[in-house]
Amino acid sequence: MDLQILLLLGQDGVTNGAIYALLALALVLVFAVTRVIFIPQGEFVAYGALTLASLQAGKLPGTVWLLLALGTTVAVIDGWRLLRDGQYGKLPPLLIFNVGLPLLAAGALTVVTPANWPLSLQVLLTMLLVIPMGPMIYRLAYQPLANASVLILLIVSVAVHVTMIGLGLLFFGAEGVRTPAFTEFSFELAGAPLQGQTILVVVASALLIIGLYFFFERTLYGKALRATAMNRTGARLMGIPPTLAGKLCLTLAAAIGVFSGILIAPITTIYYDSGFLIGLKGFVGAIIGGLASYPVAALGAILVGLLEAYSSFWASAYKEVIVFTLIIPVLLWRSLTTRHVEEEE
Amino acid sequence: MNSMNINHLHDHEIILEARHLRVAYAKVEALHGVSVSIRRGEIVTVIGPNGAGKTTLLGALMGLLPASGDFIYLGKPQTGEREVERLVRLGMTLVPEKRELFAEMSVEDNLLLGAFDRYRSGHRDHLETLDEVFELFPRLAERRAQVAGTLSGGERQMLAMGRALMAKPKLLMLDEPSLGLAPLIIKEIFRIIGELKKTGVAILLVEQNARAALQISDYGYVLETGEITLEGPSSELATDQRVIEAYLGLGHKH
Repeated sequence: MDLQILLLLGQDGVTNGAIYALLALALVLVFAVTRVIFIPQGEFVAYGALTLASLQAGKLPGTVWLLLALGTTVAVIDGWRLLRDGQYGKLPPLLIFNVGLPLLAAGALTVVTPANWPLSLQVLLTMLLVIPMGPMIYRLAYQPLANASVLILLIVSVAVHVTMIGLGLLFFGAEGVRTPAFTEFSFELAGAPLQGQTILVVVASALLIIGLYFFFERTLYGKALRATAMNRTGARLMGIPPTLAGKLCLTLAAAIGVFSGILIAPITTIYYDSGFLIGLKGFVGAIIGGLASYPVAALGAILVGLLEAYSSFWASAYKEVIVFTLIIPVLLWRSLTTRHVEEEE
Repeated sequence: MNSMNINHLHDHEIILEARHLRVAYAKVEALHGVSVSIRRGEIVTVIGPNGAGKTTLLGALMGLLPASGDFIYLGKPQTGEREVERLVRLGMTLVPEKRELFAEMSVEDNLLLGAFDRYRSGHRDHLETLDEVFELFPRLAERRAQVAGTLSGGERQMLAMGRALMAKPKLLMLDEPSLGLAPLIIKEIFRIIGELKKTGVAILLVEQNARAALQISDYGYVLETGEITLEGPSSELATDQRVIEAYLGLGHKH
């Protein structure tokens, strides 16, 4: 093994690690605020990549129909409640967001095909189609059980995950896709070729992490999410509803997932079920951070990426095993060093 | 404009009236038909022994606990689910016994979050309110960058009160503000409660420190084992023989 291979693998590891870091941050965030272990995180990666690929291939992505179905269900449930309580003022925004916009997207996409649109518009459209599913899924799957135990929420997560995978197969078929690279730019670094797409992934992930940092440190909504994670009763007394925090959280998680999917679609072939494994590696990173520390989770995720890259060179048959075995020493170390605190119910 | 007219017409309007309030934990009833009312610009206190249901009463009024009974707020009966967030929007706020601060955040962030609901509903006056709160609690201004979890007991209580005031409440409910504090700090806290009264906010004060509570308040209720056993103007309660014996601790002096 020479320096060139070492660099090449390192490059690979950091690229994947950056994506895992984004997903790890999303997982920590969702868990801290809602106590949900968000297994479907990876599905948003796959949905993002596959929706973009469908749009580019001139096909109507099935996610449009899913968005419409989810939105209509939310509108019916919440609309009925608003009517019953006489809160008519809140009806128009509910209907516009959950039914109006998805209908508009579905209608527009049956008329125009965005296959020849510029990439930025295709990306934007993909985000508009998939991200709103985050808060909708929160409303339908998690909100009715918001006060349930972590275990029950985990079971709900598994159900959502399995459903999304099944629908993914239905919408996109079993074939994998790889979208064209955002940029053909590349140069050599110490004899190893460095792809523009790789740099793009790392830079975009770093920018997103910085953006999240500012959101949580500088904006009142970001602080409200942190407050909910720290003290739910205190947050409610400030008028921060847990449902708002949950929806906001899942919007962010979905956005991070879709963004990650779009970023890696040009470097990895994505299948309808690829998201699970990607999300799981983010989860290993999140576990290293104890599902609590954002910086440790991000660093842990990059470690996962590097470990995966180097083990794929030395023992490629065992690369997944090696990555997931990392959890065992981490859990041992965690259970020996952390004081166990009973969960308040 | 509208609200100004109302203020003008009913100077001593009732802010909150709760009638026949019942709260049950599982099958054990903790409050058996309690009725209280609080007027604008008035301090009402609820005194009583440990375990009488004082904290339960505040929890029920604030929507933290499921309760049955009639609630009339600002002249209108409250129907539907009494969710905490809805009541916060209507101008009710609670400083709980446990303070429930955001321990890992700075004093300033804790205060700003107190204005979250006003911010969310489109008000952008949180920075002015912050200055007003700092004026009331200069100690908090000195420690604005300090993490809330590292404050002393008195400062934590001040922060909890300041955070509640950031919401510009119409009704401020205080649960045992003197709990666990040194006598000098208690004096300071009660002085501030007295000052708050001048701003027109209605205050419902739950206290074990009956002497201080009756001194500062206009009206008082005595809550014992989930029932109001006595009520009246605070000055009268303070001279009532039963109150003196049970809560003011002068019964054996002569």
